[in-house]
Amino acid sequence: MRIKEHPILKFNKVKKIKFVFNGREMEGYEGETIAAALHAQGVKVLGKSLFLHRPRGFYCAIGNCSSCLMTVNGVANVKTCITDLEEGMIVETQDGKGVIV
Amino acid sequence: MKQADIVVIGGGPAGLCAAISAAQSGAGVLIIDKNKNLGGQLIKQTHMFFGSEKQYASTRGIDIPEILMKELDKYREKVEIKTNSTALGLYEDGIITVLEKEDNYYKIEPKAVIVATGAYEKFLSFPNNDLPGIYGAGAVQTLMNVHGVKPGDRVLMVGAGNIGLIVSYQLMQAGVEVKAIIDAAPKIGGYLVHASKIRRMGVPILTSHTVKEAIGQDFLEKAVVWEVDERFNPIPGTEVTFDVDVMCISVGLTPLNELLAMRGCQMKYVPQLSGLVPVRNENYETSVENIFVAGDASGVEEASAAMVEGFLAGLCAAAKIGYKADDFDDRRKDYMNQLNNLRSGPAGSHILMGLEQIRR
Ligand SMILES: Cc1cc2nc3c(=O)[nH]c(=O)nc-3n(C[C@H](O)[C@H](O)[C@H](O)COP(=O)(O)OP(=O)(O)OC[C@H]3O[C@@H](n4cnc5c(N)ncnc54)[C@H](O)[C@@H]3O)c2cc1C
Ligand code: FES
Repeated sequence: MRIKEHPILKFNKVKKIKFVFNGREMEGYEGETIAAALHAQGVKVLGKSLFLHRPRGFYCAIGNCSSCLMTVNGVANVKTCITDLEEGMIVETQDGKGVIV
Repeated sequence: MKQADIVVIGGGPAGLCAAISAAQSGAGVLIIDKNKNLGGQLIKQTHMFFGSEKQYASTRGIDIPEILMKELDKYREKVEIKTNSTALGLYEDGIITVLEKEDNYYKIEPKAVIVATGAYEKFLSFPNNDLPGIYGAGAVQTLMNVHGVKPGDRVLMVGAGNIGLIVSYQLMQAGVEVKAIIDAAPKIGGYLVHASKIRRMGVPILTSHTVKEAIGQDFLEKAVVWEVDERFNPIPGTEVTFDVDVMCISVGLTPLNELLAMRGCQMKYVPQLSGLVPVRNENYETSVENIFVAGDASGVEEASAAMVEGFLAGLCAAAKIGYKADDFDDRRKDYMNQLNNLRSGPAGSHILMGLEQIRR
């Protein structure tokens, strides 16, 4: 789902980064957010809602709405739409509130 | 506790211009932005801007932050920039609390604050509107134009205002099929040049149509739309189903300014400015002394107006805390004239009606 050719933009995708999503090894690029890297791999469901456990994806992609919360390296409620992907990150879908302590 | 002359919250076009103007006047400036890049909404606007030349019309939106950053760099020793930092609170005693990344929490005591936090996208209610695949138009732009990732393969665009039309065009530039654009209003809200261009590319624009429901298990698989009558009541029997994996919601923006409400600034609901906005004087100072506002946070307009408001608020905030520029009067007048010119069209008269309601 990556854009291959674009009339105006060039995307500087140079350095590949490995990360783990729900136990599966995946690849993204340096400089992109966790949500963007997942979406590029076709992953749209990032978590489940608080009470009805309905699937949640991102909505605003600029850190305003909290629809994209996931557990990253064991830390719950990370806004994955504005958090950059890092080498070796452990990313997990979060069901509900997530465990804080 | 960190001390600062002027703290600018939000480094979009309004915040950057406010910082330039304040630093130019001689004040120290601290810019805080929750994103890793400054530039706000501009970093994803690949189209040539409309507006007048003074506000960079016919420059691509993505190129404007660089121009502003160069200007800001002239006052390097006066300016500090903190990205990945969210202003969490603006308290009665004047303190700002900030969270940098996930763990560095600290406080700032400023002499003046300029809130330039922008706006957020409105949402629409219909069954299953929370399915993944249903995204804000701005989000789709960020995904495509900042990260180079397609939102999906087939899109239904909801909203035929300028943003809906422009993002539809940008989707096609990225190689994504746009099945249709719908709008509940009987007329297309955006500029006709944009609409004609899109129609020529074979995309139908259905006015007087709204979303009936979204269908899908884990994510969007289909969207059902139906026609509405002149009183916006849906007409049963007119349903059309689209096979889409993305629905893009582009039904307007609303100011993001809870920090001002928290600080106790007097707020008012003004439909022409798209939501709850702070009451302010001509200098963009709110009802709380030394708290200023600029850009979409003060009422949704365009980047052009946001920049001029930023320049004006920065100039006046600096003067207020003792850094009055030598050419203060001339510049203040110039910015006010620019704003008047920007608001001279038909859309502008709507904005002026809104501004009338919140003047201090
Ligand atoms: C598709 C589209 C097309 C457009 N086309 C045009 C056009 O052709 N011409 C035109 O003039 N305008 C156009 N606009 C409008 C223009 O982009 C906006 O009006 C403008 O960006 C508003 O500037 P701003 O600085 O007020 O807000 P923004 O650009 O939204 O910037 C706000 C900044 O504040 C930060 N922020 C928010 N809250 C916090 C917080 N609590 N702590 C720290 N930081 C925070 C955000 O991260 C962001 O960087 C378009 C907009 C869109 C979406
Ligand atoms: S998608 Fe809105 S906060 Fe991440």
